[in-house]
Amino acid sequence: MTSRRWVRALRAALASVALGAWIFPYAWMVVTSFKTLPEIMSRPTAPFARHLDFGAYREVFAAMPVGRYTAVTAVMALAIAFAQIALALPAGYALAKLRFVGRRTAFGVVLACLLVPAQATFVPVFLMFAKVRLVNTMAALVLPFAASALGTFLVRQALLAVPDEIVEAARMDGASEWTIVYRIVAPMVRPTLVSLFLVSFVFHYSDYFWPLVMTTDDSVRTLPLGVALLREQGTGVRWNIVMAGNVVLSAPVLALFAAVQRHLLRGTR
Amino acid sequence: MTPRAPWHPWAMLGPTLGLLAVFFLVPIGVAAYESLFSWDMLTPPRFVGAANYVAIAAHGELFHIALRTTGFSAIVVAGTMTLGLGLALIVDRPGRFFAWVRASVFSAYVVSWVAVALLWMWMLDGNGGIVGRALHGSPLGDLRWALPALAVVAVWKLTGYAMIVFLAGLQSIPPSLYEAAALDGVGMWGRLRHVTLPLLAPTAAFVATTSLVTSFQAFDVVRIMTQGGPARATELFVYAIYEQVFLDLSVGRASALTVVFFVLLLALATVQLRAWRAREGEGR
Repeated sequence: MTSRRWVRALRAALASVALGAWIFPYAWMVVTSFKTLPEIMSRPTAPFARHLDFGAYREVFAAMPVGRYTAVTAVMALAIAFAQIALALPAGYALAKLRFVGRRTAFGVVLACLLVPAQATFVPVFLMFAKVRLVNTMAALVLPFAASALGTFLVRQALLAVPDEIVEAARMDGASEWTIVYRIVAPMVRPTLVSLFLVSFVFHYSDYFWPLVMTTDDSVRTLPLGVALLREQGTGVRWNIVMAGNVVLSAPVLALFAAVQRHLLRGTR
Repeated sequence: MTPRAPWHPWAMLGPTLGLLAVFFLVPIGVAAYESLFSWDMLTPPRFVGAANYVAIAAHGELFHIALRTTGFSAIVVAGTMTLGLGLALIVDRPGRFFAWVRASVFSAYVVSWVAVALLWMWMLDGNGGIVGRALHGSPLGDLRWALPALAVVAVWKLTGYAMIVFLAGLQSIPPSLYEAAALDGVGMWGRLRHVTLPLLAPTAAFVATTSLVTSFQAFDVVRIMTQGGPARATELFVYAIYEQVFLDLSVGRASALTVVFFVLLLALATVQLRAWRAREGEGR
């Protein structure tokens, strides 16, 4: 069966090309970050740095408070991820398990919000925050995302699969609704909650748009903004410094992805 | 189940519904209201009726923004669909090597747009960028190629997601169908044409509409890589709104653009919902 062997060879070749197209830019980013500026000027396409030069990283740490930016970004992303889970659980529970007048309407509101992206709300939300003097605060970064329409929807879908008998048994045992939501049904939808947490954390940790439009100064600047500013500083773009900043920005996310990718890409073989 | 007390469901839903209303529904109303005023955030607002809409429609500005955004989206949708499906067919195999390929293609979807945009700016740089030198100059400075270049970067970022969704679609096709086709003497290409592709249609519709809506909202690549230039060639919808409010300080026009943008998104969303339902109906 030579044709089958050909197909196998073609498949491996195309997969290798794809691997190269997606791995090479990262590799190039890392290589560039270890070069010196004169090196980039004279031999920009040299495949390796002459020697490991950490000068670009030192410059990154000198040009911006990396620690503070990272802390602000992490606090913001963690606050959003935790708030989304804390709020989506009771809301999803009410929508999935309780019968009451207005449930369809409430679910409709959640679905409607699924269709409205932050890109369509930032102008009026900015004006609203400006009116109550919350621009340049952590509240302006966290509050708009504390409730998640997608999260509520996903938690509701997951809770639909939890049998009513479990809730009834808990009620018979005298558990409060609070206990039922956070202690009894929450662990049963853990995979959904873990995915929601990871997706939300990574998205907001990397988000550029919202912190950009909700801040006008340095008070709650996040890491993606700081790294993007590296390119705008000074005369001429010092690409080794920009790429070093890029490594600082994306290495933790890539490491997290490498750690959880089996969980994330499970079911795709 | 009946709630223990009639107010329980509302106490559970209250925080979510309240926040969603304040940050997603009310703003649309605020934008519609503000769009009727002329305001620069410094002097008091002045009622102007529909003048803001007339102003953005005049000289074909709105038309050109919509056209550019649509063109950008068309490239992104076509690119992510083709590459996503092609890669899914290639890497739908067991083994470590293919797992590596899947993970690295998907990783671009995970890292931030900032990192991707800066990385490709450097790759495309006319002086030292590897791709830019091969092209004899950065396409980002070229009137005709800047927008396609941004779209290609977006394709690089989003293909991994399309690939993963197509992989899930591929694996939901029952192996018995392939076996039956093979027994009937249908060759590999025949199976691809008559089994795989028709059964992937709902998945394809899902990927297409998701890419369409995502690319319609593109902002980061524009803000970081071109700032709308050269000569507005890459001024996409969200960037145009951003420019109106933060650079030109014209809140009224930005609000009018926001309203138009929202209406367009709603139209796209109805298409999207239909495609999602089709995918759900297929059982996966």
